[in-house]
Amino acid sequence: MRFKWSGMLQGIHPHQNKNTAKTAIVKLSGFETVSIPLNMQIGPGCESLVKKGDQVEIGQKIGEALGAWSVPVHASISGTVKSVKKEILSDGTHVEYVNIESDGQETVSAEVRPPEVHDRADFVAAVRASGLVGLGGAAFPTHIKMQPPPGKTLDTLIINAAECEPYITSDHRICLEYPRQIIKGIMLTCHYLNIPEAVIALEDNKRDIVSVLQAEIDQVKGTPDYPGQGISIRVLPTQYPTGAEKVLIRLINGRVVPEGALPADVGVLVQNVGTIRYIAEYFETGMPLVTKIVTIDGSAVSKPANLEVPIGAAIAEVVERSGGCKLEPAKVIMGGPMMGVAIDDLSRPILKHNNAILMLDEKDATLPQEIACISCGRCSRACPMLLMPTVLDMAARIQDCDKLNQYHVMNCIECGCCTYVCPSKRYLLQNIRIGKTIVRQASKS
Amino acid sequence: MLRVSSSPHIRDNSSTQRIMLDVVLALIPMVIASVFIFGWRALLIYAVSVVSSVVFEALSRLIMKREQTINDLSAVVTGLLLAAGLPAGYPIWMVVVGAFVAIVFVKQLFGGLGSNFANPAVTARIVLAVSFPAETSSFSVLPQYAHQASLTEGVSQYDLVTSATPLGMSAAELPSGWDLFLGRHAGSIGEVCILALLIGAAYLLIRGVIDLWIPLVYLGTTAVLITLAGGDPLFHLLSGAVVLAAFFMLTDYVTSPTTVAGKIIFAIGAAALTFLLRMYSSMPEGVSYSILLMNILTPHIERWTAHKTIGGNYAKKSRQNS
Repeated sequence: MRFKWSGMLQGIHPHQNKNTAKTAIVKLSGFETVSIPLNMQIGPGCESLVKKGDQVEIGQKIGEALGAWSVPVHASISGTVKSVKKEILSDGTHVEYVNIESDGQETVSAEVRPPEVHDRADFVAAVRASGLVGLGGAAFPTHIKMQPPPGKTLDTLIINAAECEPYITSDHRICLEYPRQIIKGIMLTCHYLNIPEAVIALEDNKRDIVSVLQAEIDQVKGTPDYPGQGISIRVLPTQYPTGAEKVLIRLINGRVVPEGALPADVGVLVQNVGTIRYIAEYFETGMPLVTKIVTIDGSAVSKPANLEVPIGAAIAEVVERSGGCKLEPAKVIMGGPMMGVAIDDLSRPILKHNNAILMLDEKDATLPQEIACISCGRCSRACPMLLMPTVLDMAARIQDCDKLNQYHVMNCIECGCCTYVCPSKRYLLQNIRIGKTIVRQASKS
Repeated sequence: MLRVSSSPHIRDNSSTQRIMLDVVLALIPMVIASVFIFGWRALLIYAVSVVSSVVFEALSRLIMKREQTINDLSAVVTGLLLAAGLPAGYPIWMVVVGAFVAIVFVKQLFGGLGSNFANPAVTARIVLAVSFPAETSSFSVLPQYAHQASLTEGVSQYDLVTSATPLGMSAAELPSGWDLFLGRHAGSIGEVCILALLIGAAYLLIRGVIDLWIPLVYLGTTAVLITLAGGDPLFHLLSGAVVLAAFFMLTDYVTSPTTVAGKIIFAIGAAALTFLLRMYSSMPEGVSYSILLMNILTPHIERWTAHKTIGGNYAKKSRQNS
């Protein structure tokens, strides 16, 4: 039996809960303290450029990149450095934090000025200097994505506005409120990286974006920087996980990213819509990545909102200032309910790649009791990568590294569809993650 | 105190208990039809089978010091399916023996729900057929549905009369196709009324509990093979346990493959065995054995038909597949 799988998604249809789709972004400032981790990305983090007692201003570089993958970190408020110390990050690793106390001035650093760019190398360097990482949630350094491996060329730029996670509407709002910047970001990226075609991908629950973006596209059509094969908008059916990078590429142009490879290997650059909008902002203002647009929602929140907040602001304070909680939160998620990270402490800061903070009440936070697998096969029918989650789950439980490899555990994109649909409420993805760690450790030794 | 856990943080509202409840609900038309065709004795067999299955499930979990699992309702399903395969006049104590074999030997000793290698009800039915051959093949029915006039003289209309099943009847005695469809003839209490089984099957399809791969391929392959051998396909599909097996036994999640290719192979295999046993063995019926044999092959079929992950590197053909 051979099916053409490339166009099929499988996936799931969770409740949308897009309560904030019509809630405009509100900028919050005047935070008294921020606590900025020096590693907010995939890959090594930064080395601190400041010490206790130093004065810093908004946009000033406070963390110097370490290694080719690393991007710098900048101060998001002006004031005094109170301490630089190691603390636990929401993902469980220990990183250095720069804690800044505001002087109430909101002074912008003299370092902040639009970059001068002449060629591709300048462009990539400028993107890196801005501190930009993938804002969709993965925090993959953007400048790395922009440099395809030797011998490969990028021919398609896909702008990911699918936003398939429930609750989150920050990208939706960015599309409605910053369409000019999005199109400009696309033009800049296509121009300097010499990409002939751009496709904006979104789900059909956000059709109101189409006319807004199309109007902007019509304005720039025919200008010298307009990509040779144009900018198009593709509306996809609403289904999770449309916005997963590998899945999206398959749906948009039918290319399959091989296991262990990156989109650049098949000539595609995928950028989150927030990332592309930020590129345009940076080239206009020179302000590094110091704020983030996040959706605040969840059953415990009294007033769901979309907020632009300084990176490093404490989650507790952000939620308090946006209206607080109506119920005691039992679980707080950084990101969406399908792939987000549950955090242990509300004092944790907003990170570069946060796109939502969800506060769940006791009922929503209740963890189901898992029972025996009945081999119903729903998990493998939901898996967008056509893996066999129950086999991987069992192999991980007995630490069978050969079987994990044989069933390609490393091709799992951790979307969580298998766990979502399991009628026996098994923690499939949790065990698959353990399986991935087993394989990684085995390949190291 | 905030709770932390691995994502995803939301689940759909499905549950194993709900799936089992759906199967139980889908079997209700069958139980009602049994009472019409076989009288209250049929209901007694269902009741004894279900109650003893649940009791054996609870007792074995208790003795094994494992958590109670009767809430998942799988023992109720096993009890109903076991009873469905028995004659109306079956001795009650033998029903209890059947439930014991199904729940204790076939299910719990292998680890309980999800770990049994074969369908408990089907395996128990085979154990009963081998252990008590006379009783298990002594079919009866209410006199008005016996189709053998000689049997019904002087019998009250509420007493069961012993009769051959259509598979064991001579051509002259055979009930009409309509009688076969409605189940107005002797046979196992749950197998006879095709109409009731199809109503239940439609419910399971609507609820998404089963899909059509196994039932359609099984019924289709059986019909084609019987036709090729010169038999009457409609008669064979409507008599015996074929329809019950197609929708309720072969589709048992635990003992059937999960992949589409696997389901097709599984159903073709079961159909071929049913055909061979029915047409060329000394037994009139072979559905139970064909299910059991395909159950045993299921792990292998599942492995042969494992999906290839999208973008997976299968270049080097590894021979170490366990």
